[in-house]
Amino acid sequence: MWRHISMVSTMNDSSDVFDAWWGWPPPVLDPAGPYADSVVVLAWALFAMGVLVTGIVVAALYVAIKGPPHLKAKLGGERTVWIGGIAFPGVVLTGLLVWGLTLTASITAPAPADAMRVRVTGHMWWFDVEYLDASGDVLLRDANELHLPVGEPVVVELESGDVIHNFWVPNLSGKEDMIPGRRNELVVQADRAGRFGGVCAEYCGGPHALMGFVTVAHDRAGWADWMRNRTMSLRPAVADQDVPGELTAITGRVAQTGNEALSGRQLFMESGCAACHRVGGTEANGLVGPDLTHVGSRLTLGAGILPNNRGTLMGWIGDSQSIKPGNRMPSYDMLSADQLNAIAAWLEQQK
Amino acid sequence: MTGGRHRSYRAAAALLCLALGLAGCKQPPGPRYIPDAEDAARGRAAIERVGCAACHEIPGIDWPEGRTGPSLVGFDDIGLIAGAVPNTPENLARFVRNAPAVKPGSTMPAMPLTQEEARDVAAYLYGLDDE
Ligand code: HEC
Ligand code: HEC
Ligand SMILES: [Cu+2]
Repeated sequence: MWRHISMVSTMNDSSDVFDAWWGWPPPVLDPAGPYADSVVVLAWALFAMGVLVTGIVVAALYVAIKGPPHLKAKLGGERTVWIGGIAFPGVVLTGLLVWGLTLTASITAPAPADAMRVRVTGHMWWFDVEYLDASGDVLLRDANELHLPVGEPVVVELESGDVIHNFWVPNLSGKEDMIPGRRNELVVQADRAGRFGGVCAEYCGGPHALMGFVTVAHDRAGWADWMRNRTMSLRPAVADQDVPGELTAITGRVAQTGNEALSGRQLFMESGCAACHRVGGTEANGLVGPDLTHVGSRLTLGAGILPNNRGTLMGWIGDSQSIKPGNRMPSYDMLSADQLNAIAAWLEQQK
Repeated sequence: MTGGRHRSYRAAAALLCLALGLAGCKQPPGPRYIPDAEDAARGRAAIERVGCAACHEIPGIDWPEGRTGPSLVGFDDIGLIAGAVPNTPENLARFVRNAPAVKPGSTMPAMPLTQEEARDVAAYLYGLDDE
């Protein structure tokens, strides 16, 4: 228990995961990669042009009301209308359009064929995340969190399990819709390590405003570590998915010590959690809710809305409806605090 | 003469009450611990960072308002923390950090706060004056 506490607090001390959304400068003005860079440059250019044009209009207005008579006459002349009303906006807007399109052409340029691919599927109201291998098979599954190597373009395949959602990591790219029955592709790239907040940017009903995810960009060494940890712990779980029913071959994926965690596992299986959640390496195989195979190492709970610790896990399981009203997991208020604690202890071990 | 003075005292007290938005009218029973505003602000940030509100309705925190633990509205006035431990700043700081160690069998789990953060959290909870 104590080891757990000191571990979590050192992780949290320096930076709060929610800074990824609320830090300063605001993420939309703080590009961390080439695909966001051009969007921000364009935004500033449009803003500057807007200020310039507003300035011209205000100056003209001042002249029209208070200016000397000869300027007033000029302003009212046909020439001014031709130049200021037609030629100027025509030239400027055409120029901006051409420049804007060339500037942002890279956003829609096809990504290199060998780029890493991740499929992100929007659900009401969370994100399913699947890392694909070169042949398009699912290498590992996670939820509400997207991990990337720094400096490499990553193709995100966007799909939806129900209604239209929208995938947006302001630091890394523009927005892209997730449409049922379609696959949209978006390329993202982070050029510095860090955590970047993401949101669903298309109203999708109910607790839409509480639907987010975290993107974590790892430097080279961190990425290798992360991949190694995940794929090592996942291999049996993927096999389990491929061969339904073959449960006997599955060995405990994590060392489970202490009675608390063992009874937590049993409670999880007996309380119906397993019908909605998958935990790789166990018989829990549900697909209605987020994959919990790695929930213990998640930065957030409830799709980017709560920090992840023993207390918030218990609070979420006990009464997720008061935290995220309308979400598709029932509140387990019939479980005692001890039972919640046991389940949370077991989930914490699912790294 | 004395009567007039008395009256002006009363008027001043009434004005003061108005100015304080009635919050300050109730006389505290004894010398009351007045927490430092800066500590309390840090405490509020810590409460948000570790997510206490996932289980508690906490005055001053709009969201979430979890109900797995008791509401902390009116908490500043209660006698015993969780019905067991005298409500002092030191006890509260220890309780919010590791409840089961302070009240054996407590159903609130230990929370990832440093000792310093726990003191700030206690300062925030004591600073509430919410009836
Ligand atoms: C009816 C299906 C269903 C059942 C049963 C269910 N859940 Fe969930 N669970 C969900 C859904 C859906 C979500 C995602 C909610 C959201 O964020 O909108 C979720 C989210 C979670 C999360 C947060 C995951 C994350 O990364 O954000 C945890 C932890 C969790 N459930 C644990 C449990 C436990 C433990 C049980 C059993 C006591 C349980 N669930 C039972 C559907 C279910
Ligand atoms: C898992 C849900 C949960 C979380 C998270 C949680 N608490 Fe609690 N809290 C409880 C429960 C349950 C009790 C009742 C404990 C008891 O009676 O032993 C409680 C009791 C309390 C009390 C005493 C209330 C009273 O009326 O006497 C305070 C104060 C308190 N919590 C503060 C906090 C703070 C501060 C945090 C964040 C650091 C926090 N809690 C996080 C569940 C939680
Ligand atoms: Cu959405």
